[in-house]
Amino acid sequence: MVNITHRSPFLKYFKKNKLAIAGGITVMVLFFIAVFAPLISPYDANDIDRKHILEPPSIEHPLGTDDLGRDLLSRMFWGARISLSVGFVAVGIATLIGMILGALSGYYGGWTDRVIMRFIDIMLSIPTFFLILSVIAFIGPSIWNIMTVIGVTSWMGIARLVRAEFLSLKEREYVLAAKALGASDTSIIFRHIMLNSMAPVLVSAVLGVAGAVLVESALSFLGIGIQPPTPSWGNILTLGKDNIEIAWWLSVFPGLAILITVLGYNLLGEGIRDSIDPRLWQSEKK
Amino acid sequence: MTGYLIKRLFEIIPTLFGITLLSFFIIHLAPGKPTDVLTEMNPKITPEARERLEKLYGLDKPVIQQYGIWLKRIVKLDFGESFSTDRRPVIEKIWDTKQPLLERRLFITFSINILSMVVIFLIAIPIGISSAVRQYSLYDKITTTIVFLGFAMPSFWLALLLMMLFGIHLDWLPISGLKSMNYESLSILGKIFDRAEHLILPVFISAFGGLAGLSRFMRSSMLEVVRQDYVTTARAKGLPENKVIYRHAFRNALLPIITLLGLSVPGLIGGSVIFENIFGIPGMGQLFFMSVMIRDYPLVMGILTIGAILTLLGNLMADIGYMIADPRIRTK
Amino acid sequence: MRKALYVIITFMAISYISGCKDNTETIVQKNLNEVSGQPAYGDALIVGSIGEPSILIPMLAGDSASHDVAGLIFNGLVKYDTDLSVIGDLAESWDISSDGLVITFHLKKGVKWADGVEFTAEDVMFGYQTIINEKTPTAYSEDYKQVKKAEVLDSYTFRVTYEKPFAPALTSWGSLVILPKHLLEGKDITKTDFGRNPAGLGPYKLNKWTSGQELILHSNKTYFEGRPYIDSYVYRFIPDPATMFLELQAGGVDMMGLTPIQYTKQTDTDFFRNNFQKYRYPVFSYTYLGFNLKHPWFKDKRVRQAIAHAIDKSEIVDVVLFGLGSPATGPYVPNTWPYNPNVKKYEYDLERSRELLKEAGWEDTDGNGIVDKDGNQFEFTIRTNMGNRLRMNTATIIQWKLEKIGIKVKIEAIEWSAFINEFIDKRRFQAVLLGWSIGIDPDQYNIWHSTKTKEKEFNFVSYNNPEIDDLLEKGRRTFDINERKKVYYRIHEILAEELPYIFLYVPDATQIVHSRFKGIKPSPIGIGYNLPKWYVPKKLQKHSLEQ
Repeated sequence: MVNITHRSPFLKYFKKNKLAIAGGITVMVLFFIAVFAPLISPYDANDIDRKHILEPPSIEHPLGTDDLGRDLLSRMFWGARISLSVGFVAVGIATLIGMILGALSGYYGGWTDRVIMRFIDIMLSIPTFFLILSVIAFIGPSIWNIMTVIGVTSWMGIARLVRAEFLSLKEREYVLAAKALGASDTSIIFRHIMLNSMAPVLVSAVLGVAGAVLVESALSFLGIGIQPPTPSWGNILTLGKDNIEIAWWLSVFPGLAILITVLGYNLLGEGIRDSIDPRLWQSEKK
Repeated sequence: MTGYLIKRLFEIIPTLFGITLLSFFIIHLAPGKPTDVLTEMNPKITPEARERLEKLYGLDKPVIQQYGIWLKRIVKLDFGESFSTDRRPVIEKIWDTKQPLLERRLFITFSINILSMVVIFLIAIPIGISSAVRQYSLYDKITTTIVFLGFAMPSFWLALLLMMLFGIHLDWLPISGLKSMNYESLSILGKIFDRAEHLILPVFISAFGGLAGLSRFMRSSMLEVVRQDYVTTARAKGLPENKVIYRHAFRNALLPIITLLGLSVPGLIGGSVIFENIFGIPGMGQLFFMSVMIRDYPLVMGILTIGAILTLLGNLMADIGYMIADPRIRTK
Repeated sequence: MRKALYVIITFMAISYISGCKDNTETIVQKNLNEVSGQPAYGDALIVGSIGEPSILIPMLAGDSASHDVAGLIFNGLVKYDTDLSVIGDLAESWDISSDGLVITFHLKKGVKWADGVEFTAEDVMFGYQTIINEKTPTAYSEDYKQVKKAEVLDSYTFRVTYEKPFAPALTSWGSLVILPKHLLEGKDITKTDFGRNPAGLGPYKLNKWTSGQELILHSNKTYFEGRPYIDSYVYRFIPDPATMFLELQAGGVDMMGLTPIQYTKQTDTDFFRNNFQKYRYPVFSYTYLGFNLKHPWFKDKRVRQAIAHAIDKSEIVDVVLFGLGSPATGPYVPNTWPYNPNVKKYEYDLERSRELLKEAGWEDTDGNGIVDKDGNQFEFTIRTNMGNRLRMNTATIIQWKLEKIGIKVKIEAIEWSAFINEFIDKRRFQAVLLGWSIGIDPDQYNIWHSTKTKEKEFNFVSYNNPEIDDLLEKGRRTFDINERKKVYYRIHEILAEELPYIFLYVPDATQIVHSRFKGIKPSPIGIGYNLPKWYVPKKLQKHSLEQ
């Protein structure tokens, strides 16, 4: 029904939305920084310098230095890599779980559906942040644990979306036709329906990256986020928070970085959503 | 309608059971024992002393048995005794009947969440409607950006900046806590004012983050309704645009919002950990974080369960609200 | 305030500080600090704390917040004086038999519990019986189990007899063991609400405890050493350090502990100079890098010494502590009597370090920058507990330095409880960065004795040295201070040579108090010891709490 790459209306609507374009550019720039962090960092992000502790921005250190005299700009670049990885991997896990459970639930219906839906209800009823907090505190805040826990606690929305798509798509002629021709369930689920339900999942995933970056910073604030010396925007910001009156640069830059990232991903996600809005499409066709 | 309601109520029971099971086993996956906190790195403590502590707290029993005992108790809303050294009942820590209502943790968290929900409602809905009406206008873009700023800014950072601005530089508002040192000597009016003063920043922080979700949802809900046939008909009949929007579109666009409010309860409760920690507010979120860090299992499970009950109640209320608001369901 | 705990739990027998140089530094400031006045009753002291006390019965409490507050409510038989000598608290005097095995305490008369009942030897007996009772979940019973016999001779005389000489005997009779018998007899101490509503003999008594907010203590007007000047002591809980620091500036907190960065940088403004007083004194604790001595790489003393040469302790003190502390050379605090100033020190010398590694067979044969031996690359993990910025920064500096001699270090921060259970107890570590609070008595039997290596015990690095074992036994069974001094000097010397730990630094405690509080006399045991004598001159008083 919606194939974002080949339908011109998508691009037409997307281009109209300047905020979404800005979001897309932001996302790309951040992605670039994260990938090329080792190349563009002016210093080794872990180089301690006892002579330059807590120095404000200067030509030598464009964003200043932290409490061990490390170059903040370099740490911000590396932090981008860590923070965005948390976002991507967490969302990847959530999307995977959500799509599988949503597909099973929507395609098979019946008991499978009831059990999965009940499980979703349960997950949605527990304040997710409480769940993340307890699991991280109990199993330890390694970067993989953080990614996984955020992932396995945020798939419910995607599962519901996919389920809804399946419910509506599985009765379509082409699916029924494939079935009649003897296609296997797996083939129908993956080849015929899943591909066609990707668009709303994509929107959800884009928004999810922003959410995961925020969750990491909240965990860092509580002291159970990515642990130093590995830089993440969250733990740099937390260091900045405790020194806010003597070293503004330690909180302003990571704070802005998180803000811009979340904003960028949200505007992009919203833009995609608006542009693929099927209701908009229908009115277009009329 | 009552039939539907009863069905919903019955659905809650297995959900609740699942929640207890899930939370119980998740927290028992964790290594480490709560007695470690008491015994920290103190060379004066012998291993026998540690074992004795563990026995006392019943940690030597199999996990299944611990769950059985716990489940039997929570049916009676008895969450057991806290593992922390004071060994007070969990329920007393969350809802201390010896304290005045205003000092009870659950009440504090609950009331701040309700307040911020009201604030969100009052701000997000008008924003959502007006930006839908003026889709892609400058106004739409500015409000979009502002509500997203609220969502995108790590709340503890914003909180700290506001504390510095209003608490230190301008000296208008108190920085943390729920009341002033001289609270007891104030008149009733003074007390109310004092509490209100302390609540301004926490409620603002708690609400600001939630604005984006609701206002955007309202906007798209509005956009959808505006395109419906009956709205087009109303327009065609020559009704003034204001009337079309507020009489016809608004009421229908509001319906999905009610469901969303129910769904936003867990997010608000979760967020309370952050603002209660930064503002030093003695609510349930702060208690939860402390109990997690000292592995106070009964307290962690108690709060998870209560948080879930609150969420389920929120959803149920949303369902009821939906039924009342939507004539189509009422007549079913 | 934090100090109170360490002082309480490990009092020492007969002690003095050898050539004690007063390390306590007071920064004299202008304005409010220059305003003086006569001692007057009134006002409130608001102390900021990250944690909330869990229970106000000293023997049941494990956290420092509980001990901070309980220390103001309860008293002991003896206490430390500012010169670290032992003086009477509730005991008027005491006699020690010539063999050191019998101590007879003569108690002060006319001291009353908060409810007016007189304090007697029965209360000491009751407390003693409670602490050694198997059912009492206390972590501090060890010292009292050394007692063979305890007797009440009359209402004001209490006698304990020890099986073997036990050097820390006298000082163990601090505030952990005295409980009101008339209120608690026959009750399960863990089930009463005494822990939240205690009655003591101390300078302050609990007025109101609002969970999650604050604890208000009012002065005990009939305190046996005289009514405290400050009417109220408010212990306020603020979990976030940045928020607490803002409250300090806004007047919501009068006293708090400072981090090194707060002490040196954040409070370095005219505002703080004019309105606050900062205090700094050494703490009886040290931070160390401990090796798992069962691990083949770290078994080799040369490897440990190589690492010691690669760590610049003074850099750590400068960068992490902002100079607020001193490098450690062994398990004792500089300028205390067991501290041996002439032990081996490992100057920062990367060349020497590389040589030692080479001697031990570690060389970079494949040119990848990491030394190797028998095909193993020298890579190891330093584990430490989460949430301690000072330790994390220390580990980061060590990581960075060791890279320079070809050792690759990973750092892992683990939440406390899991750290102890899964890693320390199960010996799943190569190196750990931790600290010990050592108390004033130098008896560290539990840390170094080779029999203390079982799970949950404290010699988790598995240090085994028969000579140290003998010395430790000797040290705790002798009362003669000169004998003990010889023993501990030798222990210090051996540990410095063998390096089961690399002793990193001894931090200073740093506190800030609002300048309207006068009468604070800094000492080697901190500032909180004479709190009842602090006062605010009438004209500077700020709060008048409803009593």
